[in-house]
Amino acid sequence: MKKITEQAPEAEEEAFSEDVPKKRKVVVPGEVIVSGEDYLPGEGAKREGNDVIATRFGLAEEAGRMIKVIAITGAFIPRRNNVVIGRVTDITFHGWLIDIDSAASGFLPLEESPRFVNKNEMDQFLAIGEVVAAKIWSVKAKGIDLAMRGKGLGKLEGGFIFRVIPNRVPRIIGREGSMINLIKDKTGCDITVGQNGWIWVKGENIDAEIKARKAIEFIADKVYVEGLTEKMEGYFENLKK
Amino acid sequence: MAKEHKRPDGRKNSEMRPMSAKIGVVPNADGSAMFSFGNTIAIAAVYGPRQLHPQHMQDPARGILRVNYDLLSFSVSDRKKPGPSRRSQEISKVTEWALLPVVELKEFPNTVIDVQIYIIQADAGTRTAGINAASLALAHAGIPMKNLICSVAVGKQDKELIVDLTKEEEDFEEGEGATDFAIAKIANTNEYTLLQLDGKIQPEVVKEILNLADKACDEIYEFQKKTLKESISK
Repeated sequence: MKKITEQAPEAEEEAFSEDVPKKRKVVVPGEVIVSGEDYLPGEGAKREGNDVIATRFGLAEEAGRMIKVIAITGAFIPRRNNVVIGRVTDITFHGWLIDIDSAASGFLPLEESPRFVNKNEMDQFLAIGEVVAAKIWSVKAKGIDLAMRGKGLGKLEGGFIFRVIPNRVPRIIGREGSMINLIKDKTGCDITVGQNGWIWVKGENIDAEIKARKAIEFIADKVYVEGLTEKMEGYFENLKK
Repeated sequence: MAKEHKRPDGRKNSEMRPMSAKIGVVPNADGSAMFSFGNTIAIAAVYGPRQLHPQHMQDPARGILRVNYDLLSFSVSDRKKPGPSRRSQEISKVTEWALLPVVELKEFPNTVIDVQIYIIQADAGTRTAGINAASLALAHAGIPMKNLICSVAVGKQDKELIVDLTKEEEDFEEGEGATDFAIAKIANTNEYTLLQLDGKIQPEVVKEILNLADKACDEIYEFQKKTLKESISK
């Protein structure tokens, strides 16, 4: 049985990985996070006079002098190098249009196909409605280009996909993939997590897949809990009983 | 001291109906909220930023905000015919203008943010409840905003100024009659984004009305803040 073959997209945004001893508090748009000239506003924050105020709803975090607000709800905002899961919505002459659950749809060029594809029979490789894991190559004003070369990327067959809130994805992956590897270990499923909140699970049988899905949804529910990886160990222990 | 004016539900003149609110009531939306003033209940759902069709409406410099407000057919005692009406289109538009100044649309060119507001139970003050719900829903959807929007209606019944009218008070007809003044403002500032007057009022009284609205809005803001914070600290 192949086990941990899928890559866990590196936890580039370590936003949610626990065990970072930083002060966090919930802020609402327009709220003053800190006052003073010493601080620099980061993502989701801005300076107004002597204060640093939040521009969005989320968890405010102080990292040194930098103040940023981590979103915990809302739609997926695509960034370069994000691994996403999407569904083919259209086939054009040059490639495939992929719905990745963001404002613009992704475009997967024909050259990204791992093997030769006949231009007249592009649906032999990817038909409308099929699901792929791809990496965002670039985000431009007029659309998003996808790439599919890389470990763990490509067409997804079997299993099922489901959605979680995109901003909870870093939490599901955990620090350097610790959380997702734990779930893979305990359930024996192949799991690919897209930064857009789509998650693909494939296991030996439907029970294992459902177990993995429940575990992931459990994590996505707990935004505010620290030391989640340890808690998850306990969660799986409880399941065995 | 002058005799305190009697309101049908026993409230003080400057007292609002009890508020309640809940975040995340529409699971399929990117952000959603319920907000109620007494018997008036509004739910708002935010979708997007998402691609805007038709394409000719797209703006390459900034995103657009699209608000749809409607009463559901069972929300009033005489069944309301479903679908857009002149009234609901007007309120959609003024709600959009009330919210626009705080939403940072520059970050999402060519896209649209859809806000759907539905009134599931109406007892006057539906547009203000709708604006409060929409403000919470936009925050919940993670849309960058300058601040929250608070909204309340202040009215005049004969000569008494009262805050947050009910339908019964709105239909008052003796003396100078009833006046309804819907107000929305950017929290903690003196910037008003909605001023809509229905009825007769002396220009000197408007200042007093704004003072009453300011106090009520501060209360609403604290309540909105509390609701948002409590929605994730479980």
